[in-house]
Parts: sequence; C-alpha cells; structure tokens
Amino acid sequence: MTKKNVWVAGLATPVMIAMLLLLAGSPSVTANDQPSAATAEVKIDNFSFGPQTLTVPVGATVTWTNRDDIPHTVVSTDGVFKSKVRDTDEKFSYTFAKAGTYPYYCSVHPKMTGKVVVQ
Amino acid sequence: MTDKKQDLIDQKLQDLNNDGIDRRGFLKCMAWAGTGLVWTMSGGIPVSRAFAKNIGKDAGKGGDFSFVQISDSHMGFNKPANPDVVATLQAAVDKINGLPNQPEFLLHTGDISHLSRPEQFDNVDQVLKGASAKDVFFVPGEHDVLDDNGKSYLERYGKNAQGAGWYSFDKKGVHFIGLVNVMNLKAGGLGSLGGEQLEWMEKDVKHLKHSTPIVVFAHIPLWAVYPEWGWGTEDSAQALGYLKKFGSVTVLNGHIHQTMQKVEGNVTFHTAMSTAFPQPQPGKADSPGPMKVPAEQLRTLLGIADVNYVRGQRSLAVVDSTLG
Repeated sequence: MTKKNVWVAGLATPVMIAMLLLLAGSPSVTANDQPSAATAEVKIDNFSFGPQTLTVPVGATVTWTNRDDIPHTVVSTDGVFKSKVRDTDEKFSYTFAKAGTYPYYCSVHPKMTGKVVVQ
Repeated sequence: MTDKKQDLIDQKLQDLNNDGIDRRGFLKCMAWAGTGLVWTMSGGIPVSRAFAKNIGKDAGKGGDFSFVQISDSHMGFNKPANPDVVATLQAAVDKINGLPNQPEFLLHTGDISHLSRPEQFDNVDQVLKGASAKDVFFVPGEHDVLDDNGKSYLERYGKNAQGAGWYSFDKKGVHFIGLVNVMNLKAGGLGSLGGEQLEWMEKDVKHLKHSTPIVVFAHIPLWAVYPEWGWGTEDSAQALGYLKKFGSVTVLNGHIHQTMQKVEGNVTFHTAMSTAFPQPQPGKADSPGPMKVPAEQLRTLLGIADVNYVRGQRSLAVVDSTLG
C-alpha cells in the first residue's frame, strides 16, 4: 500500500510540473492545436456539404453528419476514402494522415461535392 | 375541366388531325391542362383528350393493351413526409386493380427501396403481388444500388438483364427498353448510361422497323429537367440519337416525384409521381428532398401512370392518376 502510493506520487509530480511549465510558458496552446487531437465537423444539410471547403491540420479527424431526410455518402473522388451509405443522423469519420487536397462527393447525388484541405 | 378548356383541346385536336399542326399552341394548352389528361401519340405527334372517357371504348380490341408505370416507392422511408409508405404503395395497387381496363403488366422505374435492404425489396414484392397484373419490369434507382454496386438488385431483378440491369422486350408490337442511369455517377455529374450500355442499345434497335413504337424507361429523366438538382442524364442525347428514325418514342422516367411532360420531335417525355412522397418543383426549395405537406394532401401528390397503346394508330396515351 505504501509502496503504491509512493509510485503514484512519483509519477504524478513530474507530470504536474510539466503541465504547469507548459501553461506558464505558452498560455495560448490548447489541446485542439495539437495535430493528434484535432477534429472537425462537416454537416450535410439540404443536399450540400457545409463547409464545402474545410481546412484542417495533418492528423485531423473529420466527421460528416447527415442531417437530411435522404441518405447520402461521402466518397473521395480519388479513391482515398469511401463511406457506407449514411441515413439521417448517421456519421462517417476519416483521419487525414497526409497533407494534400481531398475532393469528395456524394455518390448517390453527385451534384453534392466538397473538399478537405490538409496542411 | 371547364367547357372552354375542353373546347380548346378539341380545337387543337382538330388542327392536328387536319395536319394543321400548331405545336406551340398545343403545348400552351398542355401547360394549363396539367396531369388529368390523356396523351395520345399519332405518328410522333402527341394529341390530347380529356381523359378516361375515350380510352375505354377502343381498348381491348386487337392488339391494344395498357400497362401501368409506378415509381419511387422508397420502401423503408419513414420520415415526416410519409411515415407509411407501405400504405401508399398498397393504395397504388388498389388504384391499379380498380382501372377500367386492366394493365397487362407493370413498370417500376426505380427507387423501389429506400436503402437497398433485402427486407425493403421483399416488402415491395409482397405488396405488388396483390396487383392484378402479375408481371413487373424494374429498372433500378440510385436508392436500389447503394453500397454493393447493385449486386443484390441484380440478383433479385436482373435475371434477364445485361450489364448493370438493362434489357429490352417486345409486347404486341411495341418495343420496350429498360435502361440503367444510376451507376458509376461521377462527382459533379448527372445520371449516366455509360459506353457499354449505349453500345448495347444501338445494336438493340438497329434492326427494328421505323414504324415500331418504342417505349424507353429509366429512373433519372433522360432529358434535362433541372441539372442544378441532378435531374438529367449526361449521355442521354446519344441514346435518343439511336431513336431518331422511329415515328413514336415514349420516354418514361421517375426520380423527380412529380409529373412533367415534354415533346421534342418524335419523342414524348413523361415523368411519373412517386408512391411514397412528393418532391418540390425545380428550384422551388433549398433542395430536392422530401416535401412535407399536410396529411390530407399527401395522396393528391402521389400516383400512378396508366399507359395505353392502341394498335394501328401507333399511339400511346399516358394518364396520370393520383392516389387521393
């Protein structure tokens, strides 16, 4: 019991110090700015993707949500990603590991197009 | 219909029959006449009559026959625009069974299901079994080929079809062509037939006599109804080019959940109502999604199309009837 407490304390202290240093040294840094934690949303409303062009950092996970009464898909024009059909309120997520521009469309209603720019 | 309007139709008919063709005037007449109308084709020129009363007396003689087009049953849809698509499909079947001249067969122009699920196709098959006409010819809508590239659709409906599900057949001298324009759609594009299907179609009609009446049916309109909403087919002009030599061509589509007609040379285009839910008129809403109307109005915007062929006149007549 005593030994375990010591171990927890031993680990906790440097972590806390690191966090304090981080907060003190660069107060503007938040979790969302770190590529590994970045997320972004695209809403599907009225047969369109919003925002139509989305810019995210490398490593960001983008989640599309279908808010129409009609099913849609999210399909990369270049074959990079492809969702199953998404009915009302269903979601699709994809994590962008590499920088680049990723055009996509709804394969059911191909007039619906969008783009993710990964920087 | 008022007497004045009826008189105008009769006048136009007379003009047409006397070869004093006045298509512009005729189309103007069609614009107000709306859907409660018979379309008759004679030598590629459509004529109209106030419907129902004139069809019955000649039908059934010789090689005359009729068939019914139904469309967009969207089995599985359960949103506010129509929480009970089984009931409205059943109402369509009741309507068909109540027609004075029973159709030889049914055409379903796609979006049979809402999400391509086996139980949705099963439900439609089950309801359609109650129709007096036992043969049903299908073409797929985009909702019937989701996720599996049309595999399950083809297994169920494509036994006598080519490619992605296209085929043709002859019925009492009329040549029917079922086309698929919902596969391999390209980003930013419209409905698409594709090279393989076009090649097949060219061969399919090559040896037919010019006098053979042609009926083409496909899900997405084969004319540019409203490209902004994807209501058109990018390579339809090529398909229609193969049909130029024929005197009578009727093109039946669904997809837009409302009736619309257009005449272009020898071709009459017609779109059918849905049996599930209405969609807005082109550009009259933010999107072409399901249109919610007061419950008591719903069935006045859903319906079937009864198509009559009278031999010797090379004529086809399309009568749209609503479910309520």
